[in-house]
Amino acid sequence: MPSAEPLAPLAPPAPPTAPAPPAAPPRRRGRPAGLSPYAFLAPFFTLFAAFGIFPLLYTAYVSLYRAELQTPGELEWRGLGNYTALFTDPFFWTALRNTFTMGVLSTVPQLLMALGLAHLLNYRLRARTFFRTALLLPYATSVAAASLIFAQLFGHDFGLVNRLLDLVGIHPVDWQNGTAASQIAVSSIVVWRWTGYNALIYLAGMQTIPSELYEAAEVDGASRLRQFLHVTLPGLRPTIVFTSTVSTIGATQLFGEPLLFEGSMSGGISHQYQTLGLYMYEQGWGFFHLGRAAAIAWVMFLLIVVLVGVNALAARRRSRKEAGR
Amino acid sequence: MSIPRTTPRAVVRIGAVALTGVLLAACGSGSGSDGASSGDAAGGDVTLTVDLFGSFGYQEAGLYAEYEQLHPGVKIKQTDTEDEQDYWKSLQTRLAGGGGLADVQAIEVGRIASVTQQQGGKFVDLNQYGAGTLKAEFAPAKWSAAATKDGKVLGLGTDVGPEAMCYRRDLFQAAGLPTDRTELAARWATWDGYLELGRQYKEKAPAGSSWIDSVGSLNAIMVGQQKERYYDASGALIYENSPAVKAAWDASVKAAGEGLSAKLDQWSPPWNQAFASGSFATLPCPAWMLGYIKGQAGDAGQGKWDVAKLPGGAGNWGGSYLAVPSVAKHKKEAYELIKWLTAPEQQTKVFRKQGNFPSATRSIGQIADAKDPYFSGAPIGQIFGDAAEQAPVQVLGLHDKDIADQINNALSEVERKGTAPETAWSNAKKAVKNALG
Repeated sequence: MPSAEPLAPLAPPAPPTAPAPPAAPPRRRGRPAGLSPYAFLAPFFTLFAAFGIFPLLYTAYVSLYRAELQTPGELEWRGLGNYTALFTDPFFWTALRNTFTMGVLSTVPQLLMALGLAHLLNYRLRARTFFRTALLLPYATSVAAASLIFAQLFGHDFGLVNRLLDLVGIHPVDWQNGTAASQIAVSSIVVWRWTGYNALIYLAGMQTIPSELYEAAEVDGASRLRQFLHVTLPGLRPTIVFTSTVSTIGATQLFGEPLLFEGSMSGGISHQYQTLGLYMYEQGWGFFHLGRAAAIAWVMFLLIVVLVGVNALAARRRSRKEAGR
Repeated sequence: MSIPRTTPRAVVRIGAVALTGVLLAACGSGSGSDGASSGDAAGGDVTLTVDLFGSFGYQEAGLYAEYEQLHPGVKIKQTDTEDEQDYWKSLQTRLAGGGGLADVQAIEVGRIASVTQQQGGKFVDLNQYGAGTLKAEFAPAKWSAAATKDGKVLGLGTDVGPEAMCYRRDLFQAAGLPTDRTELAARWATWDGYLELGRQYKEKAPAGSSWIDSVGSLNAIMVGQQKERYYDASGALIYENSPAVKAAWDASVKAAGEGLSAKLDQWSPPWNQAFASGSFATLPCPAWMLGYIKGQAGDAGQGKWDVAKLPGGAGNWGGSYLAVPSVAKHKKEAYELIKWLTAPEQQTKVFRKQGNFPSATRSIGQIADAKDPYFSGAPIGQIFGDAAEQAPVQVLGLHDKDIADQINNALSEVERKGTAPETAWSNAKKAVKNALG
């Protein structure tokens, strides 16, 4: 296919430094082949340096000072004071705990439901494209719109959820002020928005599993459930690792949904659903303590690194075990 | 390779400049020159932006239209945030970034100390346009609160917040309580009397109706009756042991415990809806609240509301200033506008339309006889005028509003979650510490 050669972006290009066989025609003329990949990568890396590395380092720098938004000229050295203060800060621990519980409350059902939905969509059904598009619609909705709607659904007196509960004889739940109730309500927004997105990723993963495996399983008399457990799940492992990593990062940074649920930075009157992201925002842009906010940002960053590391380790151990079997 | 090499470098440079600009933003003081803006304005059209919170009533009183007529070529555009807390947050962020600021920004009196003590450089010293000559027009305390130690004048006073009690005649009647404002004022001469009436109301209240909108408003209005609240005159933080704060807290907790409150969150959408639906019978109201009630209760509320003297003496809650940020595009024109808007004649008009009580002394004299048909013809000029005269001159502190917000939040815990008052108070102290840093 000579005509497709320059257009195939996915084909791994031959390493330019590799000694080319003498018979091969020269691919580029007039340029030292060794530099051009770097030139093509340069825009990304310069942007990354400006908008990725620099803010990161600057945040680390600010986190060592007492820095206030209103009096930016008066930086006062605190060393690690902003970090150590977090250990005795009850609001930080509340936020950390909330981030964790809401992370579990949103990520686990989200990924399980996504798996199930993807499995269903993987069958040959009528109007498959319609269902796949419909799955992605919540993800396309803005977080602001979704949170506003959910806040109304979970309203105490006139919310639809409480009315439905009333029909089955359950007393109205205070979705705003109750600790568990408010966390469930906020998590449900996250679940609603991201389930379809993850389902599509799982679906893509499922379609890479060779159909011969399913055929063989069927010949062996495996039920649909057994096929799912013994063919689909093992085949999806890399995809599952990917989605759980991405979801963990997302859960650690959870911000928009709790912020917009009641429109308050404090995450409810008792901080009952204030996440780390929200707490950082409140410190920085509610109380204008930029140094402390920066310290929280770094703690969040390190937390994510640790969580992702644990995730990767678990995945590697799992697959090593599998290989040894 | 010259192009690919220099472009990234330029990108880096631009990116770095842009980022430093954003991140270090506030390090640079406002460097915009006013010469440029005032020069251009003489001939061409100027659009002045005005950014406010709550309800200042300028649009409602038709003042922008009037000003545009008086000054051909000037257009005024207003933006408005309902909740002052949100407004202040976004104002501070924009001040730090130095962008997105309107030509005229409003400042609540609870924030003015923070502006004069910390942000003198970020607002125009209005003296340079001759504001000094206006000093005699304003109540002395109003004027001096917006002045810095070194004599800069950073804002012109709009209104003050003399306090009264707003109530729903129709709901009072339905519950078998007296509706006459003088009689009520006598019955609730003290806060105990007010809570006692509340208990009576609760017994026969129409379904779905409570005595007061939130205990937060009760707390705020009571704190407003005191001279010293969160800080003492030397600027020391005293809120933890302040008798004024404690008295207001105790009364609020009591009202919450007895179920007198509709448990609404002030400035929230459910609170706004409750004005029309009659969820509460009384609303402690500074003068500026009248316009808010009119806006939320709408024409259907006409004649249902009334205003009576406040229990427990006179007080002041709120009141605002108009200021011009140093980076405003049209500083001179903005000054002309705020000078006109805060002039006695305009303050009088706003009061007659909206109820915001004037801070200009000459205006106060002009409105003594004002009555408001919306509030059943209540003599608001006299009620609020007396309150303004008798209200204590408050000691203003750096973080008045932040402290008030945190205490209010803790009170919400008591009224909405049933948190024990002691726990809530210790939560309030923690939250204040957290907020002040």
